[in-house]
Amino acid sequence: MSLMKKMLGAAATLALSTGAMLAEPAIIFDLGGKFDKSFNEAAFGGATRWAEETGNTFREIELQSEAQREQALRRFAEGGSNPIVMTGFAFADALTEVADDYPDTSFVLIDMVVDKPNVRSVVFNEHEGSYLVGMMAAKASESGTVGFIGGMDIPLIRKFACGYVQGVKAANPDAKVIQNMTGTTPAAWNDPVKGSELTKAQISQGADVVYAAAGGTGVGVLQTAADENILSIGVDSNQNHLHPGKVLTSMVKRVDNAVYAAFTEGPGLEKGFQVMGLNNDGVGYAVDDNNATLVTADMTAAVEEAKAKIVSGEITVHDYMSDNSCPVN
Amino acid sequence: MDAMPKWAEVILIPLISLILAFFLSGLVILAIGENPIRALQIMISGALGSTYGWGYTLYYATNFIFTGLAVAVAFQARLFNIGGEGQAALGGLGVALICLYIPFPHWTMALPAAILGAAIFGAFWAMIPGYLQARLGVHVVITTIMFNFIGASILNYLLVDILRPPTSMNPATARFPDATNLPSLHDVLSVVGIPFSRAAPANISFFIAILACIVIWVLIWHTRLGYQIRAFGQSESAAKYAGISPEKIIMVTMLISGGLAGMMAINNVMGEAERLVQNAVEGAGFIGIAVALMGRSHPIGVFLAAILFGFLYQGGAELSLETSIPSDLIVVIQALVILFTGALDDMVRAPLKSMFLMFRKPEATPKAPKPAE
Repeated sequence: MSLMKKMLGAAATLALSTGAMLAEPAIIFDLGGKFDKSFNEAAFGGATRWAEETGNTFREIELQSEAQREQALRRFAEGGSNPIVMTGFAFADALTEVADDYPDTSFVLIDMVVDKPNVRSVVFNEHEGSYLVGMMAAKASESGTVGFIGGMDIPLIRKFACGYVQGVKAANPDAKVIQNMTGTTPAAWNDPVKGSELTKAQISQGADVVYAAAGGTGVGVLQTAADENILSIGVDSNQNHLHPGKVLTSMVKRVDNAVYAAFTEGPGLEKGFQVMGLNNDGVGYAVDDNNATLVTADMTAAVEEAKAKIVSGEITVHDYMSDNSCPVN
Repeated sequence: MDAMPKWAEVILIPLISLILAFFLSGLVILAIGENPIRALQIMISGALGSTYGWGYTLYYATNFIFTGLAVAVAFQARLFNIGGEGQAALGGLGVALICLYIPFPHWTMALPAAILGAAIFGAFWAMIPGYLQARLGVHVVITTIMFNFIGASILNYLLVDILRPPTSMNPATARFPDATNLPSLHDVLSVVGIPFSRAAPANISFFIAILACIVIWVLIWHTRLGYQIRAFGQSESAAKYAGISPEKIIMVTMLISGGLAGMMAINNVMGEAERLVQNAVEGAGFIGIAVALMGRSHPIGVFLAAILFGFLYQGGAELSLETSIPSDLIVVIQALVILFTGALDDMVRAPLKSMFLMFRKPEATPKAPKPAE
């Protein structure tokens, strides 16, 4: 009897512990890697924050090959992970294939839309946030020339650039924007040396504020801007602290909040389409001690006014993705 | 006669190198506080323990067979084609254009056309460096690697601005029509009654890769052209004296090499992704160099080395799925294998050679070792 009890108890404990393990959420990082100082790292930050606050654990994997997308998704789903968060638009195709096979698993896709009953799609209005930092760049510029340095030349980065240019022109219609992309291979996301060279080239053309939307490459942009004594604008995470007093602001994209929210809501999270914009602080510009002296009252007033108008719909920032073109450049 | 019997040369040296590489990897895994035995178990059972694992291992291996053969063929003529990456990327473009714009009724018709398209595009991308080498003496090592970047830029432009469906954010082509989808190993093997995992990406291209190995073996060792290629590789001046045109051999070898690299696209683009995505090659072009080195530029060696690297890729993926070993460490393990089997080959060879000399029968006179190749 007692032996039986013990065995049952052991079985129950085992069942419980597997049960606890099964409820683990999972996150899949895209090929850029977890520590890209930008997008994926922000997502990792959100997951870590959740783990620290709740004391729970999560499963994670950094992809190394395209063929692993579906593999990782299926493995996590079959292993009982729920919800499963994916960072990056490139997962859309794999998720479309996989989602129907695991109707009880909740999937969260960041940066792209997949229309399935068990998928939450989170997209960010990067063009709106870029618009605001564009206005600030134009106001901070003395030469009337500002720069944009993108990572890899893909539609998403053109969306950043387009919003930025619109913001610059809104604040100063005569301003000139110099645009450069770092490269055409994934190496462009992590090439600080090239970022530095492009910054120097833009400075020689008169730019005195440079916005980097280039992942790890941006580290080189911000460094060179600080060395050459011009202003820079960070991206995704708040990068103001990298060079206090030299980084005008950062266009923050709260990927961490999206991951944190998904993990907190757990398997029963609300599905559907979620837009993270200025209205719900999904994107924005960062002001802290490091850049407080750089942001003038005039700047704040103008940007806050624009922000309110964008939220109310009075100003529409053109989204590059909507028609694959940008009205200004 | 060489100091070592052939079996030692082709089996013992790679095996010892491999064991050394795994031993060192084990130490690294131990250093970060994980259990190396368990890691090895996960890698082996994950990559070879099920048809699912085999499906991924063979999928990666198929890529590496093509790029490995590409490097091996060029190496027979002592040409170092390190542009497999760009040639495979262009091959992908060829496959994509054919699959997207020609309405095939069935995959049996699409596959030969796609192979042709992939080979032509890949060969074209190797042709320009080949021409520059043959006519102007511009070294292919320089030009092929530069062409990798030009290829990436062309593909980026086409995918972002031309081929991308306007509603999609992902720089990739539309999905290929269903009629061009290749049967997976599951479909192929179920015909003969062998159960195989449905989820794995390995497909019929694997058999094309084996076929390519055989064709290349016949070409290099049993045809006049193959003889010319090898003669040119051993000594350009002797080949010239024998009436072999160096220009012709360089061009033909580079075309074959580029075509093979391009043919990788039927596996990753047509077989797996069923669309052309950015960065579809993912370094397989460079792994091909290691595969060819390890396989001693012989089709059988390339085949075996490709399976080994397929194992490392899939085993590595399992490792990062099952343990907290960071993915960077898996790259370290792969690098150690490349280092030991490719670069540090002599470290194993020299002691092994003296060992064989020591145990040699007294009547055989030791001969000077073959000059390094």
